[in-house]
Amino acid sequence: MNTAEILKFAIDLVAVLLLALGIKGLSKVRSAREANRLAAVAMGLAVIGVLVNSLGTTGIAAEAWIWIILGTLVGGSLGAMTAQRVPMTSMPETVALFNGCGGMSSLLVALGVAIFPAAAAAGEAGGGLVEDISIVVSVFVGSITFTGSIVAMAKLQGWLSTPPWMQSKARHAVNIALAVISLIAAVELGRHGDNSSALWLLVIGSGLLGIGVTLPIGGADMPVVISLLNSYSGVAAAAAGFVVGSQLLIVAGAMVGAAGLILTQVMCDGMNRSLVSVLFGGALGASSASGGGGEYTNITSCSAEECALTLEAAERVVIVPGYGLAVAQAQHTLREVTRVLEAGGIEVTYAIHPVAGRMPGHMNVLLAEADVPYEQLKEMDVINPEFPATDVVLVLGANDVVNPQAKTDTSSPLYGMPVLDVQEARTVFVVKRGMSAGYSGIKNDLFELANTSMVFGDAKKVLGDLLVELKELGIGKKG
Amino acid sequence: MSFLSEALWVLLLGSLLGLELIGKVPPTLHTPLMSGANAISGITMLAALTLIIKAGDNIPLLAMGAVALGFALFNVIGGFLVTDRMLAMFSRKSARRKDTNS
Repeated sequence: MNTAEILKFAIDLVAVLLLALGIKGLSKVRSAREANRLAAVAMGLAVIGVLVNSLGTTGIAAEAWIWIILGTLVGGSLGAMTAQRVPMTSMPETVALFNGCGGMSSLLVALGVAIFPAAAAAGEAGGGLVEDISIVVSVFVGSITFTGSIVAMAKLQGWLSTPPWMQSKARHAVNIALAVISLIAAVELGRHGDNSSALWLLVIGSGLLGIGVTLPIGGADMPVVISLLNSYSGVAAAAAGFVVGSQLLIVAGAMVGAAGLILTQVMCDGMNRSLVSVLFGGALGASSASGGGGEYTNITSCSAEECALTLEAAERVVIVPGYGLAVAQAQHTLREVTRVLEAGGIEVTYAIHPVAGRMPGHMNVLLAEADVPYEQLKEMDVINPEFPATDVVLVLGANDVVNPQAKTDTSSPLYGMPVLDVQEARTVFVVKRGMSAGYSGIKNDLFELANTSMVFGDAKKVLGDLLVELKELGIGKKG
Repeated sequence: MSFLSEALWVLLLGSLLGLELIGKVPPTLHTPLMSGANAISGITMLAALTLIIKAGDNIPLLAMGAVALGFALFNVIGGFLVTDRMLAMFSRKSARRKDTNS
């Protein structure tokens, strides 16, 4: 080892330490922001480490510098622009897009080494079987991550919908065929590293597999898939680490891969879905006939005005924000309504289901954006015992997470899913665009209960009307 | 063979570390954590960098490396900034809370 190599080694050690502290810190509210910066610093250090090592050993050609600066400027500035501009409600598709690009990068590195083995032979992996296998893994996972993430993004943006044949069982046959093709190509590539037709077959086969697996998955399950693909991109990075012989890349990739798996599991638990059923089960709706489906009877609906009158008379109000609120981007209007209520001396809290919003934790971000005080957000286990002492519950665009069937009906597909016990409150208002089912496709018994009234309309519009009514009632002015 | 066995140990220990690091996460942080972890997975930019440096005068390989580096940096820079934007909302609010308390 010469000085540069020792220096790089030291930098790498510090970088790994900071990355680990960063990931750990990101899981605590107080340290999260610093942790994120720590991780960013670690990444910067890692780049310096690579540059120092190369400068001290082989040197970096002027030509290489040009390409490095070019790639950095274009990619970095596009990333910075995207990060500044996206609205908070579009967070799921933004993460999907970033993630896909990470996968693409691993794919391109592996392709580069595979196509030009002579040029890249300086890799410390030393060529041979190890390199071939790591190239195969990197290409396979990178390709799936890229196409899967892009499909996820397009579906979340509403640019793509699932073609009907994709919802039928036929898709399993297609996906299995694609997986077999990829496997054959992978084995062929592993045996003779310079087989270019096998390489392209693997790229295309695994790319199509990524599309085929992601496309049939419903919008509400998509966050789970993004989280899983995030884990994959870690695996792809680790595989790229084997390809170019970088321990740091392997550690970081493995950490992200494992952490991503845990997060995916946490999300699945919150939705009472197993990962297998998310990936292969398709829409739950198909089996809803056995789950107490059928027509609604005995629905009470009311206007925003009646809702305002009841709210005015209440002392304790709990807001249950859901997917519909996030989609309608109504968090700011909601905050105005709750400000008026609070000014009128009414106690307002928010019941946050673990999977509220468009992905777990998303609702907290949206409400934070609208300046809702953090201590008013109550997690499910904390708020559930408080519902019997609550006067009014306002359910905004949430459905399955307030379905009492999950506790009472053992035959329901929802049975066992943790839900908010809103029916325990004196009055429940459900703001909803229509009587359509939630993403589970299951009828919600809550809507038929005597203490429930439906307020039909887009969450943002209803809240706007509510605000006007509350102001007319003069509530909040007396306080 | 020594690189392989070392690398496999690194892979194993790194995975175990990843499993341990985020055992308990409050739901509030799921989205920022996913986004932050996603930024870190852009570490593959190191591989792209290495590829460019070792490419010599092979123009197609240099270009491929640069594109790979661009994609990775899009992921890294965008990921960290967007995570920071999300987390800033939490901290901004707690700072204000301290003001009103005092």
